[in-house]
Order: sequence, then structure tokens, then C-alpha cells
Amino acid sequence: MSAKNSEESLSGSQNRRITWEGCSVLLDINDGDRVLFARLTAGSKIKIGNNSCSLQPLIGCPFGSSFQVEVGGGGPFLSRVIPSTEGNNLVDKMDSQIMEERRDNRAIVDNNTAQTLTGEDIDDMRRKGATGDEIVEALIANSVTFEKKTAFSQEKYRIKKQKKYAPRVLLRRPFARSICEAYFKKHAEKIGFLRVDTLSLMLSLANVTVHSDVLVVDMLDGIVTGAVAERLGGTGYVCNTYCGITPYPINIVRMFNFSDETCKRILHASLAELRPTHSGSSASIDELEDACNTNRQQNTEALSPSSAIDLVSMDESYSGNMETATNVAASPKSSKSIRAGEKAPLEAIKSWKENGFSSLIIAAPDLDVWGIAKELVPLLSYSAPFVIYHQYLQPLASCMHNLQIEKMAIGLQLSEPWLREYQVLPSRTHPHMQMSSSGGYLLSGIRITGTDQPQPN
Amino acid sequence: MLPIDPTNKLSLNRRIMEGDLVVVYERYDTFGSKVFSSKGGFVYLLAPTPELWTLVLSHRTQILYIADISFVVMYLEIVPGCVVLESGTGSGSLTTSLARAIAPNGHVYTFDFHEQRAASAREDFERTGLSSLVTVGVRDIQGEGFPDEFFGRADSVFLDLPQPWLAIPSVSKVLQQDGVLCSFSPCIEQVQRSCETLKSHFTDIRTFEVLLHAYEVREGNLGSWQDTDGGLHKSNKKRQRSANGLESSKPKTIMARRNGETRGHTGYLTFARLKCTM
Repeated sequence: MSAKNSEESLSGSQNRRITWEGCSVLLDINDGDRVLFARLTAGSKIKIGNNSCSLQPLIGCPFGSSFQVEVGGGGPFLSRVIPSTEGNNLVDKMDSQIMEERRDNRAIVDNNTAQTLTGEDIDDMRRKGATGDEIVEALIANSVTFEKKTAFSQEKYRIKKQKKYAPRVLLRRPFARSICEAYFKKHAEKIGFLRVDTLSLMLSLANVTVHSDVLVVDMLDGIVTGAVAERLGGTGYVCNTYCGITPYPINIVRMFNFSDETCKRILHASLAELRPTHSGSSASIDELEDACNTNRQQNTEALSPSSAIDLVSMDESYSGNMETATNVAASPKSSKSIRAGEKAPLEAIKSWKENGFSSLIIAAPDLDVWGIAKELVPLLSYSAPFVIYHQYLQPLASCMHNLQIEKMAIGLQLSEPWLREYQVLPSRTHPHMQMSSSGGYLLSGIRITGTDQPQPN
Repeated sequence: MLPIDPTNKLSLNRRIMEGDLVVVYERYDTFGSKVFSSKGGFVYLLAPTPELWTLVLSHRTQILYIADISFVVMYLEIVPGCVVLESGTGSGSLTTSLARAIAPNGHVYTFDFHEQRAASAREDFERTGLSSLVTVGVRDIQGEGFPDEFFGRADSVFLDLPQPWLAIPSVSKVLQQDGVLCSFSPCIEQVQRSCETLKSHFTDIRTFEVLLHAYEVREGNLGSWQDTDGGLHKSNKKRQRSANGLESSKPKTIMARRNGETRGHTGYLTFARLKCTM
């Protein structure tokens, strides 16, 4: 088996593993306690606890690296933490302790006197330049009950103190997976409570792959559009459609590090433009062209100043829900030549009308899905799959029933994804105590040639 | 042919041609077009997708289904251009979806120690038009690890092996830094052991179970309690009602319920990320 030359050069910008100036990153603080998006520039900063740190040291680091706040002469700064790969003796030791644990909580009394170190003591240590790790060690040394705890709760105690006094920042790649998880964890309502396994199923059920022309109704701020574009890899198209003249916002798309080639493939077109026109009416084409032009103007007006603001405003809304204030002074490159979410050019619309779309995804939490499906399913090629997401079961059940009656589709399936995470530890493996009880519902099917449709010759 | 090649793209004008792979869908009575079967009912000829392929492929081994497959592809962060390693190949159900995700310029290298199974899989990928994206190798990954030529080259690795912990040291060599591993195991004891082995070179170790519950939908005519007469016989009531012409005026209810019998467990999916040490 020999390596092929073609894949040696596959380091497309979509798959870069080292950060660069101006790239979008996902910062995971203290193992998911706080998640925020930022753009890495020389001037961007984040606030962790009372410290405001520049993001400059993150530029040029591999995704997946961890940072810790340290205080130096020039104030607090982020410093890279290199994990050890072999030196896990401590963990191994702990594991063996857990296995033969004899201690329990009989000696623990909750009377708030367990910690002898006071707040003033800690402040004093800080003034003398103690690192976060040193403070954590001091807290453990001064805890009366620490030695009485089980090894398991000792570890929990250590992690709790480490999060407070020596917070860690993990640099993550903004992929559909990580972006969806971050939103679901902190702002699920912004993405219509769409869970990551549900999103992954939508991409499968809609057969999203290279060279696909995917029609979407994405009212989830662009999470669906972005996830589809990620799978297209700069080929095909994702066309976001809407009623009226204003396309849905797709702010989340900017959090992916999409190449220009991919951005070009993210388009929008109104339902009126996509509806089949009756042949021979050249007037309608002219009208369409006019509509496109006016729309394009409106569009540039509406969208041009937004790029920077949205990232910031999102961070602001984040900080509102966090224990600490956040201020990410994200200043992305002011004018990028190619922007995602442009108006679909006429030739693309023409081709879609002629060939049909190769798949359809609908994510419209507040609208009647049947009303959308009956308009859009006919815009698909024969045998093309579609999938509809909804938080509630009932609208999808009605829609499924109607699709059956109208004989518009086969292979109809109404399903509910279920996801459970496990804690896996020596002698302590069990499902997580908390889980998401609903990731929403999906209705999927395949478009067929209906009896009432004219057979093309 | 799976439509990952632009020339095989679905289109309203595309006709089924000689040599095309179609999935024959038979139920109730161009692609997506209706044909009368010998039994008098309808069959539909559909363009193949990895999902339809999973339903029709010949089961040489236990296979992965859509819920696990979708989650694996997304959680492994597979995008066009990625290099993905897989072992074992089995029936190639997951491989087909991996190929869809890495197209057009990525590659899936899949290994099975069973020579005949590997050959059958290779034939399948030829038929489904994936042979330019998938290479099937015969190798005992548990015993020998992945070949040296992949060192530091894989974006993601998927393991479906009886003793995945034996292959994990090799995975840590072939993965790029921050690359993701997924191990699928039906038993929790396998997961336990894998997780212990993962701790030395991996981080972000997470174990999931994912399922898909299907619902059936029907339109029902639920009678009004006020119209009934206690334990009076059903057929009697029905006659009365249709006589009154009530049946047609009554709004029908669309009801959904979970299917009776369902898959309760497939396997545990353990994901881990190679630590960044550079």
C-alpha cells in the first residue's frame, strides 16, 4: 500500500492545525466551564478572573494546546503548558488508591472550619508573587479534612481549587462539532436546542458531500449552513432560502475558519427566486434579475459592517451569563474580499431550477414545517433526500402524515436521537448524573416522482 | 455509484444508465421513479447513498448503523481532505460514510486481518465507485499496529477491535497532534481497559452511547367520551355514529408513538485526542 501524492498536499486551509493571526478560535476555559469564541490578533484580550490577558501568545501555537495564567513583571499573561505523556505515576498511584479505597465520609463534618487559610492569607501570597499552583498546594496543606477524604474526592477538591486559582485555557479548533457543543452548553436557545448528535444525523440523512447542492432553511443563526459548508470543502453549494426579501442571519458561519473557496459556496436566494418559472416568459427572468440586483444592494448595506461586531456582541452576551466579565476585543481583518452568504448568482439559480437540489435541510423552530416542506420538497431532484429538524414532535408528525398523503416522498422516518455520556474511571464507571433529555426530532425521507407531476422527457 | 463524483450528481434530467448502481426500494404497493414489480406492487429505484447502502449491504460482520456512524464522522472532525485510518473493515458500512466525508481529495485506509473479508469489501467499494477514495489492506492491527508509512499522518483513527488497547500505542504514533481517535466497543470492560491505556498519550477522553428512537405516526379517530355509553358494545356504537353522520365531521387526530421494539444498545464510543507536546 503506497501513499498517494494527491493527499500529501491536502493541508487545505480548512484543516490547518496551527493558529495564525486573524484566525477564529474556540477558547475552552477550565474544562468547559466557560467557552468563548475569539479572533486571534495582536490586540485581542480575554478576561480570566480579575486578569486581562492578551491572546498574542496563542498565535502560531498548535490547536489543542493549553495555557495557564501567570503573573510577570508586565502583568498577567498566558503561558503554554506542555502536558507530560509518560509521567502519569501520580494518576496511576491515585488509581490504585481508588481501587482499594477504605476511607469514607464518616469523619467529614460540614461546619466551615476545614480550611485554615483565610482570604487575606491568599491575597498576601498573591502579592508576594505566588503562582496559582502554589496557592492550590497551600490550600491543600492547610485543609484539615483533606487527608480524611477519599482519593476520589481529594482529586475533586484539587480540581476545584485549580480551576479557581490556576485556570486553564484550552485552544480548540472551531469545527461544527466544537461550535455546536459550545452553543448547546451555554446558549442552546440560540441554535434551537440542536444537539451535536442531531446535527450529525442531519448531515448524514441529507447525504451532504462534495459537489452537493444543498438547499437549507437555517433559522439557527447559521449553525446548519456552516456545518454543511464544512462538508462541501469548497465544492457544490449551500443555498439558504427564505420568504420575503431578508435572508436569515448566519453569524455562526464566521466562527469557522472557512477558506475563500468555501465562503463562495455559501449563498442565499429567496423562495420567490427558486420557485419554478413557467417556460417562455422572458419577462419573469428580467423581473428576477431586477429583484436580484436590488436585493444585492440591500444585502451589502445590511451586511458590510457586521463581521467584527457580531463576534464581539456574542462574547458580550456570553459574559452576561458568566461569573466573570468578558471582553474580547476582537478586531478581525476589516475587509475580507469574499464573504460567506452572498446572493446566489442567476446562473446558479438557473442550474438549480433545471437540475433540482441534491438535498434539503429545514431547521425552522418557530414555523409550520409542512408549510415549508410542501414548497421546498418539489425543488429537489428525484431520489434526493431531505431532513427536517424540530424541537417538538407534533409538527413533524403532521408533516409526515401530509407527505404520505400527497405521495411526495418515500422512506419517511420520524426519529429522536438519544445521547448518553459515561464517566469511565477505575471501579467508578457509570453514566453521567445529568444528561440532555431531548436533542429534538428529525423527519427524513426521499423525494420521488409524484403521480401529479409531469414526467420530464 | 455514490454521487461523490460530479458526473454522477443527481439531477431532474438524469436518467438511469447502464452500469448505474440503484437501490431497489419495495414498499406498499429516472431515480426515485416507480416501477411495477412482478408481484403487482410498486418498487422504487433510488440513487444510492451511504444510508441506503447500509440497509442493503451484505452483512459479513456486525455493522455500525446510522446514529453511531453520523456521530463518529462528526466527532472525529472529518472534513474533505482528511486522512482517516480504520480497523477492522468488517462489512464496510462505516467506511462508506467515511469516504463520503473525506472526498474529493482525502483518503480512507482501512485494514482487516481477514483476507477474504478484505477482498469482498474491496469489491464492494469498486461497485459503489469509492475505490479511488478507499484502500483496503490486510493486516492484524492489534498484533502489528498500523504500518510505519502512516506515522504522524492521520487526521483521525477509528478502531472496532476486540482488544482496542493493544492497538492504542500504534494509534498515538500515526495520529497528528490533536488528532482524534474513536474506539467502538460493545462491552464496558473493553471501554474500561481502553481508557486506562489512553491516559498516557491522550486527553479529552470521553465515552458516549448513542441511539436513535423511531416513531410511528397514524391518523386516528378518537371518539368523544360523552358520545359513548359506558361498556356498550363497540360495533353497536360504530353503527350508531355512522348513522348520525358524525364520523366525517369529527376532526381526526394525528398520533405518534415510539416503535415497539428497538435497538437498545449498539456499543460504546470512546473518543480521545492526542496530546499536543510540540
